[in-house]
Amino acid sequence: MSKILSYEEKETWIHRLSGVTKLIFFILWCVVSMISYDTRILIIMILFSLIIFKMSKTEWKQVGAVFKMVMLFLMLNVIAVFLLSPYQGTEIYGTRTELFPIVGPYVMTAEQLFYELNMILKYFTIIPAAFMFLVTTDPSEFAASLNRIGISYNIGYAVSLALRYIPDVQSDFTKIKHAQEARGIEMSSKASLLNRIKSVSAIIFPLIFSSMNRIDTVSNAMELRGYGKHKKRTWYRARPLKKADFLTIAFSVIFMVVALIITFWDGSRFYNPFV
Amino acid sequence: MEPIIEFKDFSFKYRSQVEPSLRDINLTIYPGEKVLIVGPSGSGKSTLAHCLNGLIPFSYTGDITGSLKIAGKNPVDLGIFGMSKIIGTVLQDTDGQFIGLTVAEDIAFALENDMIAQDKMHTKVDEVAEIVDVKNLLENAPGELSGGQKQRVSMAGVMVDDVDILLFDEPLANLDPATGKRAIDMIDKIQKQQNKTILIIEHRLEDVLYRDVDRIIVIGDGKIVADTTPDELLSQNILGEQGIREPLYITALKHAGCRIVSEDRPQHIESMNLDGHKQQVRSWFEAVGEKEKKKETQSVLRVENLNFSYEEKKPVLQNINFDIKKGEMVSIVGKNGAGKSTLSNLICGFYKPNTGKIFLNDQDISPLSIKERGEKIGLVMQSPNQMISKPMIFDEVALGLAVRKVPEEEIKERVYDTLKVCGLYPFRNWPVSALSFGQKKRVSIASILVMNPEIIILDEPTAGQDYKHYTEIMEFLKQINKEMGITIIMITHDMHLMLEYTDRAIVIADGKLLADDTPSNILTDEAIANKAYLKKTSLYDLAHRCGIEEAAQFTDRFIYFEENMRKKEERSKTGSV
Repeated sequence: MSKILSYEEKETWIHRLSGVTKLIFFILWCVVSMISYDTRILIIMILFSLIIFKMSKTEWKQVGAVFKMVMLFLMLNVIAVFLLSPYQGTEIYGTRTELFPIVGPYVMTAEQLFYELNMILKYFTIIPAAFMFLVTTDPSEFAASLNRIGISYNIGYAVSLALRYIPDVQSDFTKIKHAQEARGIEMSSKASLLNRIKSVSAIIFPLIFSSMNRIDTVSNAMELRGYGKHKKRTWYRARPLKKADFLTIAFSVIFMVVALIITFWDGSRFYNPFV
Repeated sequence: MEPIIEFKDFSFKYRSQVEPSLRDINLTIYPGEKVLIVGPSGSGKSTLAHCLNGLIPFSYTGDITGSLKIAGKNPVDLGIFGMSKIIGTVLQDTDGQFIGLTVAEDIAFALENDMIAQDKMHTKVDEVAEIVDVKNLLENAPGELSGGQKQRVSMAGVMVDDVDILLFDEPLANLDPATGKRAIDMIDKIQKQQNKTILIIEHRLEDVLYRDVDRIIVIGDGKIVADTTPDELLSQNILGEQGIREPLYITALKHAGCRIVSEDRPQHIESMNLDGHKQQVRSWFEAVGEKEKKKETQSVLRVENLNFSYEEKKPVLQNINFDIKKGEMVSIVGKNGAGKSTLSNLICGFYKPNTGKIFLNDQDISPLSIKERGEKIGLVMQSPNQMISKPMIFDEVALGLAVRKVPEEEIKERVYDTLKVCGLYPFRNWPVSALSFGQKKRVSIASILVMNPEIIILDEPTAGQDYKHYTEIMEFLKQINKEMGITIIMITHDMHLMLEYTDRAIVIADGKLLADDTPSNILTDEAIANKAYLKKTSLYDLAHRCGIEEAAQFTDRFIYFEENMRKKEERSKTGSV
């Protein structure tokens, strides 16, 4: 099965951090990135996330495919924003520096370019952080982390169970698909789209039925081993918080506060080079 | 000594059912005992297990009368969680009950739920993993384990709770024979070293008896019909009457007309006293005579130099050659993961071989698509739930024809004909959901049969079926093999199946063809049986101990004798109607 965006064990200080720490860092990082349109802050954040991305020894093959997908999505996003509101930048920055006309009402302005540049920067502040979080956090420890920051262990365990059974359901899916293809249900591109949609039902129903059986077993097995007995539970894989964790969390909080103060210093979340 | 389990006049009725599933159960089990519970499907043995582990009444509700005490307490007072501290259950589905993302987490699951501190948890997990021999697998994900290893992890997962009783629900159902043998060994070791009370629910009696059990409880129709020692039980006829398969050597002795008494200690063929029986067995062997060999027919499926790998340098199949003749019933056997399913995937065209060719009626089928192959070679999956996609029986069986644009009139005719062959005609307008598991299996076979294939490949056709349903399905397959001339290939690790119903077995081990011979030759050859994770049949031991050199011939004649017996029974049944 594909190893894309899945956890890989490596010896770095980032891997050694607790999942809780990484989760808190990631959430705060996203908050800053989402709120701030301050180009200076965003550039610092990009540099920083690239540095820690490098330190986490994440390899291109682990994230490459997803990175390309994100890039495609980013491109669509940028184009769509321009098509739908070509003067958003002018509105925000309050000036209008026309560069060149494109077609009809569409005129490229420096403000719009700058606004969309900031948008792209935001993507790039989050992408390395998100990749790094996913490939350096042991999924079982992640469940423990969710629980640690106050989320019900049911949710944490649901995530863990999903990760556990996805490969099983995938292999069920392949088996069922093959058997139905042999019965003559065409799933390849030879069949028309409508027919393919129809034939999906020939796979979905058996898949649902066999998954239902599985759910029955899983829930019995969990209950027989005391799941849900207490309001709390402990975790085999939880990592106790160490000095590095506290330092990282402290850094994340301070960084957020400072970044937001700088961003809002002039009363707006946009850094405005046009006035 | 105080009993650890005590049923008194105990009855249970599921809320949704009219009749009680358990009636007037009186059963006492003492600490440290090892008890085997046998019974056909629907006899109530699973219900009994649910009563013991607390799923009844906490997950499945119903009416209880009489009393049940476990370790002196009433399960209703303890609750399902309280029960899980006394009795640990290992379920039959080795995959489904594996909850953790890795072995260590799965073992620790019960401890986590009990809020045990992490360092204690780590020590305890190590300790239990040591007992069941999975210590070096602690970091592995379930996908990297074999069925036997997963089962051992499940054992560890309930043993961390220091339970007094271990309950095994059909522990052999998903294992190949050799792995099953190892599981029985492990259970025996746990009982002896850890001093636990062991309850095993299983219908594969002979395999469980590989190691001593103290008592066997036979359940039939919701009642206890026998509660006695193995030696005592094997010298009676209760098992046969209840539709449970006796050990083969016992059946053979009975066919030879021997009267088995408990003093002969019939629990193990290796140590049974055969002194009074040897002569009788020998003369029976002479009298039965040989089965006529099937006439050689032309080739229907030929595989030449087949090689396949999913990843480079990790060959799954290497240089496979065989030739299946028209009208044969062939089994493909070998341990789990040996490449059996891959072979059927290649034949059906789901994957392309790296090198080598497959011929159908001497024609290379490599240019044929999956769909085109599907018209000649039908594939029946292990569970009918994996195939059935229409709510109505008629539509399900008609599906293959409908997508091939066969005219409606013809569809109707062919579906009705097929349903008649499969004994499903009376149900033709029923919804699939109203059928039993065995009937659904027939529907899934019918939906393949309707396309008039030349070959049907079945993946584990009898997995999880008791003797009665096993016989029903296999006799049905034999009938379509005979009457319609369809070649049948079965992927299985059921040794009874290969012995009783196939003319030939193709043995795959570690991706290579290990043997292609009659099942009786394979199952009496210790070296091959071991390599393929099979087990040599107890008939071999019986033959040898009675001084019969041709063990394979003895096995063949036994099967032939049984076949004739079934035929006679069939005739007398139809004659009396």
